[in-house]
Amino acid sequence: MRAQTSVQIREPYFTKVFKPVVFALALLPLALLGWGVWQDTLGANPIETITRSLGEWTLRFLLLTLLLSTLRQATGWVQGIRLRRMLGLFAFFYGVLHLLSYLWLDQFFDWAEIWYDIVERPFITVGMLAFVLMTPLALTSFKAAIRKLGRNWQRLHTLIYPLAVLGVLHFWWLADSKARTEVPLIYAVLLAVLLGERLWRWSVPRFSKIPVTR
Amino acid sequence: MLIKRPFDLTDNDVTDYALYQRRRDFLKTLGGIALIGASGLPLSAAAKSTFSTDEEQTPFDDITTYNNFYEFGTDKSDPAQYASIMKTSPWSVTVDGECAKPGKLNLEDILKPHSKEERIYRLRCVEGWSMVIPWLGFPLADLLKRFEPTSKAKYVSFETLFDPEQMPGQKRNVLDWPYAEGLRMDEAMHPLSFIATGLYGKDLLNQNGAPLRLVVPWKYGFKSIKSIVKISFVEEQPNTSWGRSAPGEYGFYSNVNPEVDHPRWSQRKERRIGEFRKRDTLMFNGYAEQVASLYSGLDLRKNY
Repeated sequence: MRAQTSVQIREPYFTKVFKPVVFALALLPLALLGWGVWQDTLGANPIETITRSLGEWTLRFLLLTLLLSTLRQATGWVQGIRLRRMLGLFAFFYGVLHLLSYLWLDQFFDWAEIWYDIVERPFITVGMLAFVLMTPLALTSFKAAIRKLGRNWQRLHTLIYPLAVLGVLHFWWLADSKARTEVPLIYAVLLAVLLGERLWRWSVPRFSKIPVTR
Repeated sequence: MLIKRPFDLTDNDVTDYALYQRRRDFLKTLGGIALIGASGLPLSAAAKSTFSTDEEQTPFDDITTYNNFYEFGTDKSDPAQYASIMKTSPWSVTVDGECAKPGKLNLEDILKPHSKEERIYRLRCVEGWSMVIPWLGFPLADLLKRFEPTSKAKYVSFETLFDPEQMPGQKRNVLDWPYAEGLRMDEAMHPLSFIATGLYGKDLLNQNGAPLRLVVPWKYGFKSIKSIVKISFVEEQPNTSWGRSAPGEYGFYSNVNPEVDHPRWSQRKERRIGEFRKRDTLMFNGYAEQVASLYSGLDLRKNY
């Protein structure tokens, strides 16, 4: 528990300033996309830009969500964990918009074509699966659900690990087989670091000095 | 299908389509002004072609800012950003292989005998988007005949410039450089096969493959090699850069074919740049009447 007090944000600031600022920042990518549509600055193929941007922000928020507990391990900043639900829900929020932009803007609700995509294209299959896994996490994120599910809530929410892996795989397989994997590789490395830290922490419990709290 | 009704919107129901229209009108006005300004210059000299489509043309700024030209980076916006580094003058093209008159020609000598014509062609990218582009140039066959290919010339292969200093994307190993493509001789000699030196009445910009590029409108865009520095007449089917990179995805023929999918992109539909809804992809990109006979007896599933 040592050194924790030094990195805490004073409580009133945390709830009244810090959290709302993070909330507003999390909406910024969406606002910028909206602005881009309005000003027509999204390039020749704005639908592609919108879908890809929303997808990347889904991944970014997933990684940020995972980062919070790693950050606590590294710096002792316990307060950050209280942002986890919000950032997790933002990951879901951008995931929903990403899926919607695919279903509506890209495929225009052509269900036959969408089904064909899911069955025929591994990167779509994996992306859909990631979304399916993300949904129960978002649906059980409110306090009553947490209380009701008890220990099972923790178990359920470990789904974030496989779904984050599927999300990165989705991005990886979308990229050219050889040509464009640099950006997906960055996400893969970041995710590997975040998951590796947890493996390390769980396999060597004596190193985790800070008790796990929700 | 059951859930079709609520989504049965028309294009007019969608705001950003209206925005598009407004931008298009604006661009058309701009284009009109530019044309009036430039009248007496190249465009009026360009002959109209019976091969041209009368479909709505993709705006100039879309054609010149949304490009795949990995020599300058893998993002669509990279070529417009970086291609100006490439020096297109002086430029020379080496012609070798099975022909009576091989040699190294200056760009001027390549262009001299040919009068330019305009060809408004559809362009279909394997990634599922398409454009309508008013090219300026001359038939590939006219160029190739000058070198008098022999009866041994079964294929013609092309190469793009290799110079990582001018093409920074080549510093990365994303494809086998130099970019290589090829056609069967009868495909190359087909009247639709075209060498473009300009578009919209202007000289080609570097990102579109200046100073001269191939245009094969019934094949996916990557067959239409840009910034050509080498033409070889060969006996055997040549290797292509994309074919070497992913042989299961990019065949030698790469004819636009809605029936044969790419593993990552369905080929049944396409988004015409500037349009909101997708449209059906046509066999041979709508040029079946002209080119289907080239492939009679060929299994297009195997020879994708």
